[in-house]
Amino acid sequence: MNAPSGAPSATAGGPATAAPRVIGSDVVVSDLSISYGSYCAVRDVGFEIKAGTTMALVGESGSGKSTIALAASRLLPRGTTIDSGSICVNGRDVVRMQGNELREMRGDTVAYLAQDALAALNPVVRIGRQVSEIYSVRGGDRKAVAEAKAIAALAQVNINDPERVVRMYPHQLSGGMRQRVMIAMALAFEPALLIADEPTTALDVTVQAEILQLIVDLQARNGLTCLWITHDMSVVAEMADSVTVLYGGRMLESSDVYSMFDTPRQPYTRKLLDCFASGRSAKPKEAFSAIPGSPSAHSTTTGCPFASRCDRADDVCVSETPRSVELAPDHWVACHHPLDIETEDDVKTPALAASRGGQS
Amino acid sequence: MSSVDTPLVEVRSVSKSFGSAKVLDGVSLLVERGKTTSLVGESGSGKSTLARIVTGLETFDSGELLFSGAPRPRRGKAAREFRRTVGVVLQDPYDSIDPRFTVGEVVAEPLRAQKRYRAGGKERVRELLDQCGMSEVGTDAHVHRLSGGQRQRICIARALATDPDFIVCDEPTSALDVSVQAQILNLLLRLQRERGLAYLFITHDIDVVRRISDRVAVMHRGRIVESGSAHDVTQNPQDAYTQRLLSAVLGSSPHTRKLSYPYSSHTS
Repeated sequence: MNAPSGAPSATAGGPATAAPRVIGSDVVVSDLSISYGSYCAVRDVGFEIKAGTTMALVGESGSGKSTIALAASRLLPRGTTIDSGSICVNGRDVVRMQGNELREMRGDTVAYLAQDALAALNPVVRIGRQVSEIYSVRGGDRKAVAEAKAIAALAQVNINDPERVVRMYPHQLSGGMRQRVMIAMALAFEPALLIADEPTTALDVTVQAEILQLIVDLQARNGLTCLWITHDMSVVAEMADSVTVLYGGRMLESSDVYSMFDTPRQPYTRKLLDCFASGRSAKPKEAFSAIPGSPSAHSTTTGCPFASRCDRADDVCVSETPRSVELAPDHWVACHHPLDIETEDDVKTPALAASRGGQS
Repeated sequence: MSSVDTPLVEVRSVSKSFGSAKVLDGVSLLVERGKTTSLVGESGSGKSTLARIVTGLETFDSGELLFSGAPRPRRGKAAREFRRTVGVVLQDPYDSIDPRFTVGEVVAEPLRAQKRYRAGGKERVRELLDQCGMSEVGTDAHVHRLSGGQRQRICIARALATDPDFIVCDEPTSALDVSVQAQILNLLLRLQRERGLAYLFITHDIDVVRRISDRVAVMHRGRIVESGSAHDVTQNPQDAYTQRLLSAVLGSSPHTRKLSYPYSSHTS
């Protein structure tokens, strides 16, 4: 369907055997709180992404995952306030940027890959102009140079015959091709952080696999740092080096991807993985593993946001917000009753429970 | 004609064109009484058009569409009675309900259209909501306050209102949160068991197909390229497109990744 990976690139691309570059930077998010008016969408979220790796930000509706993505790319709508915290990319806080610095940040430091490529592309402008515009506006290139660069960029994302594609309009391309164009645009200036907001959920499974493979290849070649927003655990399993699980605007668990799949410690993570696994493993016509209730639309100010749906919840979970604790190296969990690794039973914290049990 | 062996729904080499675009090309499909036939395929393959034809929302150019061995009645009492026997649940529960309606009004609508509401309609609505796990919400609740999963439950209750034998489900879970998708699938499975419902289930989620189907039909560019028992099609696909579709299913854990990681730190 697509150009073989060894297709000649329109520019003098480096040999494939060159030592892997790392264009991405370390990303540190700390104590981030964001609200829409009086509604608090994100509370005290913090995590780190190492340069050249992918973190999956997992959550359901109302979890705050898209809000964090928009904050990191400074695309939050008017009326939204970042109450506290910072998002440091390459040591610089994106949240506090203003004016020229902010303009340079977009594309250079942080690039945003949206879910709906058809909505993100201008329907009445040819692909070539939309892509080359980045180089002329942002890089100050002359028209001919920008156009050549656009063709090269499209070849980089395995678009067959880019000279033909630049003359087309977005509606003439398939969903997968449009998303390739978006990827080419996002990577035009080698961003320190690529934010991918469910870029494959609107695509067919066969196309999704192609696009994911493309991003994996680009990442291997360029050392991209990715923040991957998703609710699809199979995409997490494929793409992520580390995972942060959000629920109701709070971070419930964060660890490397293997620990998260092998030994989840937060009951919500566990159930989410059970839902996913039971969809694959159980026999036909057998009931699926489900979590009762639905993700609550309003974030709670106190207590664990998952408490109302959690079968391990007690009074403490409602009255006290669990703090994020490092239960194993680099495995952070916010839960009063985390699952134990060996027995999957309660990690006994009687002192804590006794000291807090009286409230409620 | 309508013996036990006659399939509930039979599509026989149906074709449909929109202008010069041939959307369905000689499509044949079976749905048996009390069983689920899943229709999989990529967007633009014609699955939703076929669903619209089966529900009577769209006409077709050639071929036959048989319900219990007989063509669909077009007019009069028989046509109304026929419409009673087919229900539909659509993908987007935010789109397929008028948000100004109350829960009770949504579920009562098909009963009113069938002129069946006066005789015990209220109790019927309550009973349906109960069966769909919505009894605690109440018939007076306004739909716009409900979550996606609750809305989809109401859509299912509405589809059941006229006591159909057959429901077309067009991607009923793909707009829902992961933790809620399983609830809706469980509800559909339970209703099938209890009421002997037959489903035509349109989806692109192969995991769901494996779990809920008796038969599977794979569509590609307006044709059914492969069909058969769910086990045969998903375990031993013969057609090249089906094979490609199944091989595109991603891994279940980071230990069993499907994508290839050429020279990165991704290896375990």
